[in-house]
Amino acid sequence: MKKRQKKNGGSPMDPLRQSPSRSSSRASSPRTLPCEMLGYVGIEAVLDQLKIKAMKMGFEFNIMVVGQSGLGKSTMVNTLFKSKMWKSTMPGLGVPTPQTLQLQSVTHVIEESGVKLKLTVTDTPGFGDQINNDKCWDPILGYINEQYEHYLQEEILITRQRHIPDTRVHCCVYFVPPTGHWLRPLDIEFLQRLCRTVNVVPVIARADSLTIEEREAFRHRIQENLKTHGIEVYPQKCFDEDINDKILNSKIRDFEYSSLCYTERIPFAVVGADREHIVNGRCVLGRKTKWGIIEVENMAHCEFPLLRDLLIRSHLQDLKDITHNVHYENYRIFRLNESHVLPRGPGWVNLAPAPASVPAPAGPQANPSPPKVGGWAKDNSDEEC
Amino acid sequence: MDKEYVGFAALPNQLHRKSVKKGFDFTLMVAGESGLGKSTLINSLFLTNLYEDRQVPEARARLTQTLTIERRGVEIEEGGVKVKLTLVDTPGFGDSVDCSGCWLPVVRFIEEQFEQYLRDESGLNRKNIQDSRVHCCLYFISPFGRGLRPLDVAFLRAVHEKVNIIPVIGKADALMPKETQALKQKIREQLQEEEINIYQFPDCDSDEDEDFKRQDAEMKESIPFAVVGSCEVVRDGGTRPVRGRCYSWGTVEVENPHHCDFLNLRRMLVQTHLQDLKEVTHDLLYEGYRARCLQSLARPGARDRASRSKLSRQSATEIPLPMLPLADTEKLIREKDEELRRMQEMLEKMQAQMQQNQAQGEQSDAL
Repeated sequence: MKKRQKKNGGSPMDPLRQSPSRSSSRASSPRTLPCEMLGYVGIEAVLDQLKIKAMKMGFEFNIMVVGQSGLGKSTMVNTLFKSKMWKSTMPGLGVPTPQTLQLQSVTHVIEESGVKLKLTVTDTPGFGDQINNDKCWDPILGYINEQYEHYLQEEILITRQRHIPDTRVHCCVYFVPPTGHWLRPLDIEFLQRLCRTVNVVPVIARADSLTIEEREAFRHRIQENLKTHGIEVYPQKCFDEDINDKILNSKIRDFEYSSLCYTERIPFAVVGADREHIVNGRCVLGRKTKWGIIEVENMAHCEFPLLRDLLIRSHLQDLKDITHNVHYENYRIFRLNESHVLPRGPGWVNLAPAPASVPAPAGPQANPSPPKVGGWAKDNSDEEC
Repeated sequence: MDKEYVGFAALPNQLHRKSVKKGFDFTLMVAGESGLGKSTLINSLFLTNLYEDRQVPEARARLTQTLTIERRGVEIEEGGVKVKLTLVDTPGFGDSVDCSGCWLPVVRFIEEQFEQYLRDESGLNRKNIQDSRVHCCLYFISPFGRGLRPLDVAFLRAVHEKVNIIPVIGKADALMPKETQALKQKIREQLQEEEINIYQFPDCDSDEDEDFKRQDAEMKESIPFAVVGSCEVVRDGGTRPVRGRCYSWGTVEVENPHHCDFLNLRRMLVQTHLQDLKEVTHDLLYEGYRARCLQSLARPGARDRASRSKLSRQSATEIPLPMLPLADTEKLIREKDEELRRMQEMLEKMQAQMQQNQAQGEQSDAL
């Protein structure tokens, strides 16, 4: 996947940070003027070549689902990928929730129209279920940093593999319980810590217990909460590279729905289901209650299609890119600074000395009260200079 | 008039008139995590807007907030009967990251009410005792969990011998019918495993009619009640207006027994068992508290006198003490103990003497 990174260019934000080895196409070249084409050359065939290469190699995607038990995480994963990744259990059945948080990963290769996707889903049963949930996010942070560490170790070898297996978590879907009030203290603590290490997509889980008005009010309050606490969830505003991205992402952030006023859409209110029912002659995935059938793919019922489009149809590659270019790079800088491997050059960022244990988030970002979150590397240089 | 007709068949009417005049008071506590529909349900149950000026604090405020106990009172009148309803709310329960011991303020509150009543009852002026004891606790269980969570179990274990508990599954419109059944089954099993005593409905008399018995059995089967609350009236497909929640895939009717157990809960709590809840609180739970309290004041040696079973109705009558303010009770207990011991000694002496006399008598007979 490194070839695709080079095509998109290196780290997009910080002009001060010159990392000559990363991006070959962007940093050093002056503005090149487009020149007039006198005939058909056939450059556009490079897209096809890329496509063929990509299809041969296949794609990898690692997703993590976090939330209290019973919020429909396993069902959601099954619904997203239309396959039985996990056995979703009814309440009352299945194994009891574990006493401590345990992470479980499952990998499947799914194929569609010749495109192979190696999908790894990491579940976190036991999150937030205990009486005392203090520091229940530590195992999760530890796991994410561990994956970055594995990648880093592979990358700094002298003879590297041609394609380093990518186990880094590309996206973390956080399930917020549908209380209808505000984000809970546990949600805030977790989101603050994780949005600096990984792409976080919060969703309102089990949204079939909220009416449309309640959902809007809840969503509004959650957005206020996120702003107040400086939590930047995916898609992060600061990473919009150009005007097209801005438009596309603002469609997700500020979505104009049914010609009413602008309503911001994140977090999506989702419902998951893996049973099929017949509605008006069509076979749909849904939940059947005594007062109606909730169709999962119906935009009037829930926003599952938006989540699916975000995660799979439009932003899958972007999630991977941001993980590689931003989150992984931050981790790498932190680690290399810590072990003093990086030479002190113009791009050297002086981070605060790290605590003894290795898998720790980058220095100044470990504090839960963030002064500003947008613009990662730029922030660091501001603070230390 | 007939000579055989005495006339005390009219006694229930007299009672009825007296209680209507006196009015009822009832204290209901609601507990559970926030966001489970507690306030909406209370408003629906009593058709009042008890939570009108309510502001749910956002998380920043909640980070430092500890559990508070709030009391709201309202007088409801229906058919000439006045009910003074006091609602005890526990905002902040289960909200923080670390909820260890968050049930302790609730336990303390319940015991304080008992203590207050004990003091009033032992006092001199007993005419106007205000009964602020908690008669019933509606505990809300989340429909999204797989049964009772560790916090639920901890809370229930802490209060089950101090208050009547009625477990309720809030926001039950999030569940499909099979899920509701499975969840109820799981909760019942867990309650049994953890030996939590919830409020037991008294069995109906055998001479009640079949319909009533069937209703009663149905009601017992549906514990914990899966409820949905709403105060909004929606037009059900253009026909009659019902209270419910309007979704884009259908409308949940609050008072439809096929949709949720709201009717059962209301019938049980308000229509049939209000008085029984009060009686159980007074006869069983309060007496148990009183026995424990007085026992702990007594000398350690006197423990063999009163039986240890806290909830047995006999234990209250076994302590033959006049009701005095708590400070003097200890002295009285000591005096009575002394007396008892002296009497026991005397008895033993007398028994020994009798045995001696008997033995002598036998000897003299034999001779």
